[in-house]
Amino acid sequence: MTLHSTNTQPMLQMNKLSKQFLLHLQNSTALTVLQNFNLTLSPGECVRLSGPSGMGKSTILKLAYGNYRASAGEILVRDTDGQYIDMTQASARAVLHLRAHSMGYVSQFLRVIPRVAAIDIVAEPLLENGLDLVSREQAREQAAHWLTRLRIPEALWQLPPATFSGGEQQRINLARSFIKPRPLLLLDEPTASLDPVNTQTVIEMIIQARAQGVAILGIFHDDTVAQQVVSRTVSMLPLETQ
Amino acid sequence: MSELDTTPPLMRVQGLSCAYGAKTVVRDISFDLWPGEVLAIVGESGSGKTTLLNTVAARHMPSAGHVYFDLRDHGLQEIYAMSEAQRRMLARTDWGFVHQHAAEGLRMNVSAGANVSERLMALGQRHYGQLRAQAIDWLERVEINPNRIDDRPDTFSGGMRQRLQIARNLITQPRLVFMDEPTSGLDVSVQAKLLDMMRTLTRQMNLAAIIVTHDLAVARLLAQRMMVMQNGQAVETGLTDQVLDDPQHPYTQLLVSSVLQP
Repeated sequence: MTLHSTNTQPMLQMNKLSKQFLLHLQNSTALTVLQNFNLTLSPGECVRLSGPSGMGKSTILKLAYGNYRASAGEILVRDTDGQYIDMTQASARAVLHLRAHSMGYVSQFLRVIPRVAAIDIVAEPLLENGLDLVSREQAREQAAHWLTRLRIPEALWQLPPATFSGGEQQRINLARSFIKPRPLLLLDEPTASLDPVNTQTVIEMIIQARAQGVAILGIFHDDTVAQQVVSRTVSMLPLETQ
Repeated sequence: MSELDTTPPLMRVQGLSCAYGAKTVVRDISFDLWPGEVLAIVGESGSGKTTLLNTVAARHMPSAGHVYFDLRDHGLQEIYAMSEAQRRMLARTDWGFVHQHAAEGLRMNVSAGANVSERLMALGQRHYGQLRAQAIDWLERVEINPNRIDDRPDTFSGGMRQRLQIARNLITQPRLVFMDEPTSGLDVSVQAKLLDMMRTLTRQMNLAAIIVTHDLAVARLLAQRMMVMQNGQAVETGLTDQVLDDPQHPYTQLLVSSVLQP
């Protein structure tokens, strides 16, 4: 579980980041959702993106993860060798490498893989590319640990999560991310569908991750959750009228 | 990034064009594919995606450009500069090809077991018991009941035939498999089973794949990378989730907006 905690250099740096959607099918309407955004995120920090919806909070997480392509600016992510990779210029392969080793992302929704058991979905990040059966068992053991911690009833472990409740699916997503600690963690409303007991568990998980030096960028709808986990808040303001 | 920089690609395609007579159907395609990567090629019928697949799989001579493959001992080699015998060897060892229509990829008039073990026999394995044991192992891995080993594939359902094709190709532990619309024509429930199996097998075997499909959901589920083709050209390439969630090209935006929940 040791991350590169001796390195105190920022894990993530966004410089003059802008995102515009050009909608070719709607008379090439240009929709600007982010303009000249700057952020520095260091190990052990948990920065909250706050503001009303439509201010580009989720967009920032998706840009950081490479799910969206930036229109302008830089997104520098520190890789496992301590070098900075600019996500806006990186090859698909380099982004995949960063996702596997340097950054995790917990979205609000579980994109369901049909037929695969919950425990295998959680274990999957540990099994990328050709490990043997022994480590497959070890991966399942670790998955069982996280499923237990997040109170997914054992009766559900062997079932595909397609029919799980929203809160159960969200906990599968959390387990799937926390099973493989990476030094940068992006959280999109990680407790949105959770009851108070599980919310408390997730708060503890985030606090532990921070203590281990994980740099966290998150959207937290719930102020009481945010107060317990956050070290700094960045308020998103409406863009100036174009 | 050292590991990223030093690993050579498994396949390198450079400036590839293909023509049927005077008609160019694939124009100036380039990409690198690394071990374990799955690349989806999507586009409508007639966009040139199957021709591109056949050309990089040494089944259709290009009109321009190069296709290199990493031979285990010799590094990247231009496949069209190899001898016919070398290419045939590659096609039955390090490569696999799963056809849209199982009848093109299977021998329908011999048993399932003979279909699965054929590539091993072509490589010189003769021990009947060992061939049969490996065939049984692979039938199990693709979830076909081994008691069907002596049945002919024309008695199998569409989904079973596709799984049999996969077993027949993967038995030699290839490093790259080409798939042409492997799930089209199957019922949705059968599709899901096949997709999960392909996903598991590519990960377990660190198998690279190039999959031609018109189904964006198939691409989302199986492929890390995606290429969108229109009129023989690659109009957009990138990470699958990026191309689907933030499409840049007008044609990709049209494709993505035309389907329900890719």
